Amino acid sequence: MELSYTQDEIAFRDEVRAWLAKRLSKRLVNKVRKAQRLTKADYKEWHALLVERGWMAWHWPVEHGGTGWTPVQKHIFEEEMIAAGAPRIIPFGVNMLGPVLIEFGSQAQKDYYLPRILNDEDWWAQGYSEPGAGSDLASLKTSAVRDGGDYVVNGQKTWTTLAHFANRIFCLVRTGPDAPKPQQGISFLLMEMDTPGIEVRPIYTLEGEHEVNEVFFSDVRVPVENLVGEENQGWTIAKYLLNYERTGIAGVGFSKQSLGALRKIAQTEQKDGRPLADDPHFAARIARLEIDLLAMEIFNLRVVAAAGEGKLPGAESSLLKIKGTQVRQEATDLMRRAVGPYAAPDLPEAFDEGWNGQAPGPDYALPLARGYFNMRKTSIYGGSNEIQRNIVAKHLLGF
Amino acid sequence: MDFNLSDERRMLQETARRMIRETYPIEKRHDFARSEKGFSADIWRDFAELGLVGALLPAQAGGYGGTGEDIALVFEEVGRGLVVEPFLATAILGAWPLCEAGGAEAGDAGTLEAVIEGRHLLALAHGEPGSRYSLAQVKTQATESGGIWRISGVKSVVLNGDTADDLIVSARIAGAAEAQDGLALFRVDPKDEGVARRSYALIDGGAAADITLGEAIGTPIGAPGEAYPVIERTIARAALAAAAQALGAMEAAKDLTLDFLKTRTQFGKPIGANQVLQHRMVDMLIEIEQLRSCVMLAASTLEAGRETRERNVSAAKHLAGRVGRQVAEEVIQMHGGVGMTWELAAPHYAKRIVMIDHLFGDTDHHLERFIHFSKGAA
Repeated sequence: MELSYTQDEIAFRDEVRAWLAKRLSKRLVNKVRKAQRLTKADYKEWHALLVERGWMAWHWPVEHGGTGWTPVQKHIFEEEMIAAGAPRIIPFGVNMLGPVLIEFGSQAQKDYYLPRILNDEDWWAQGYSEPGAGSDLASLKTSAVRDGGDYVVNGQKTWTTLAHFANRIFCLVRTGPDAPKPQQGISFLLMEMDTPGIEVRPIYTLEGEHEVNEVFFSDVRVPVENLVGEENQGWTIAKYLLNYERTGIAGVGFSKQSLGALRKIAQTEQKDGRPLADDPHFAARIARLEIDLLAMEIFNLRVVAAAGEGKLPGAESSLLKIKGTQVRQEATDLMRRAVGPYAAPDLPEAFDEGWNGQAPGPDYALPLARGYFNMRKTSIYGGSNEIQRNIVAKHLLGF
Repeated sequence: MDFNLSDERRMLQETARRMIRETYPIEKRHDFARSEKGFSADIWRDFAELGLVGALLPAQAGGYGGTGEDIALVFEEVGRGLVVEPFLATAILGAWPLCEAGGAEAGDAGTLEAVIEGRHLLALAHGEPGSRYSLAQVKTQATESGGIWRISGVKSVVLNGDTADDLIVSARIAGAAEAQDGLALFRVDPKDEGVARRSYALIDGGAAADITLGEAIGTPIGAPGEAYPVIERTIARAALAAAAQALGAMEAAKDLTLDFLKTRTQFGKPIGANQVLQHRMVDMLIEIEQLRSCVMLAASTLEAGRETRERNVSAAKHLAGRVGRQVAEEVIQMHGGVGMTWELAAPHYAKRIVMIDHLFGDTDHHLERFIHFSKGAA
């Protein structure tokens, strides 16, 4: 048993770290650290750096233009990106659709779409959830009916993250309404967002931000060539995607970042004339979080190391997702508490670049309550934590 | 990075697991646990012959292991089997101070050899009435006169203190009652006329004793006055061992509970068909994996510097206490009425898991200690 990185892995980490320090602009890091709203141009700026370095498709095999990294290298890359204050890599094209096309796509689809993802020419959105199909995704109703060389699509998708930036969307649609099981009548379809009949409407989340959308489809004509895999094979593809390596699912890097920020805040904030960090009750809460994170980091590395030996993480990913979201949510809860009454003032304009106004309390207090409310989503999205428990109960406990 | 066991350790693990499974059914275990000694001397010698005691001690003491990884591995099996033989008292608490003082070179070769062969039992008499989990709070006094050390004081809840062939006793030769400086360790013959022992059974099996020393004669182990670091390292090893033991017990208790959920029927279906129970089992599973990860971390840094060692051991022991309570209470609750009976094995696991929190510092104690040793890291 050896819990530290090898020489090669350390060298890789140093390479990634040095590159990030050199290439990532101070402007972007500053925006990420202050939790300011990132524009489409901000993301494109970051993606362009990755494209230039050849690290955009960091999950893909080498023969398709990917890095061919080991799971440990991917893990290191992820941690370093977060530690450096980089924006997230928008995952829908490169991490989700890319692997699907590599596995299920036609040669023409691979030839056309993969280079466009590699060069960040397309912004993909993911059309999975519907108003009536959340955790029970297979009950989705958006229909695609064959008409000559086209499918005609009608229905509605929801929670579509950053669809207002996207020029393309991949969707699960119902092509076999009479299939004996709902899973058997679903297909995986690619669309252009400017096709007539597609309309995007914003959903404002509880903290007042626009990140997700509803997407409406009325008589949208999609060429048959845009079907991925076979007709009615969509569920298999969706499941493939779910089981695709999810080394980052625990969000260890995010939580480490939050813990560091929390520690700083607790050192600065005062309680009865002493740093809040010295208050035994608050210190105990931080320490409990820290121990959970310490354990989870090793737990995550165990799964990453097993993946490196070819053991695909199955339900272990679900265990990590549950614990990871609990830890992330706890961190944001403690941060909001740490600033006391100054968690309450809300200045939406403070999250735009260039704002140079005065916060009622300390600057760092402004995003904390928002961050707390925003993080509630993590135990809901990507299969709610209750769905994850069902998966574990079935696959690891044999119920 | 490599989380796999080496071939030798895998063999050790399999040997331990097989022997415990084959020779240690729960009924026999109860007989051992409730006997006057609190364990079986024959089984102890069998364990020793298989090398399970030697695996916990380093080469300079005649052993063939003794790393954090060895300790965690053996004690996980000890926990899985609900073993009551004196692994902790003899192989960790008693033998390690002798190893640290020089082991074979310091003239303890005979003792350590006999320990490794299962012929000689030790106990560490350190805790005192009122000292709780403090490592430095020692009121027992030792004074030297004409080259002879005499020790007086009271030691409480000494694990296997009633059956030990030698007592390792901590005493103060200088300094205030809670000072780290001025502590010494002595080897005391329990048959010395200045030693009085009152033994009793423990709620989770096994036995312990309160020991009153009145001018008992002791032989110094290491340099008198400088024993604190040895005590701290010994207790760190013991705390890691206890956390690993709790982990093994939790794994076994979880498996028993899972079987029960699948076989016990109510309202015409197995009770495990209820989602509320499935989800609670999943939550247990997550926390047990968390504990396993933390035990691995503490084991891998047991030989590191003080701050790292103590911080990680405290993280593991804190988590063992926190997760332990959740698992123990769920195991009893999910078994329903029979979870309250002596007859089943599962509730005995629950008792062991909970009582481990009372060894070498509980979950609150180790949270405080973790905070203390994190100050440097912040």
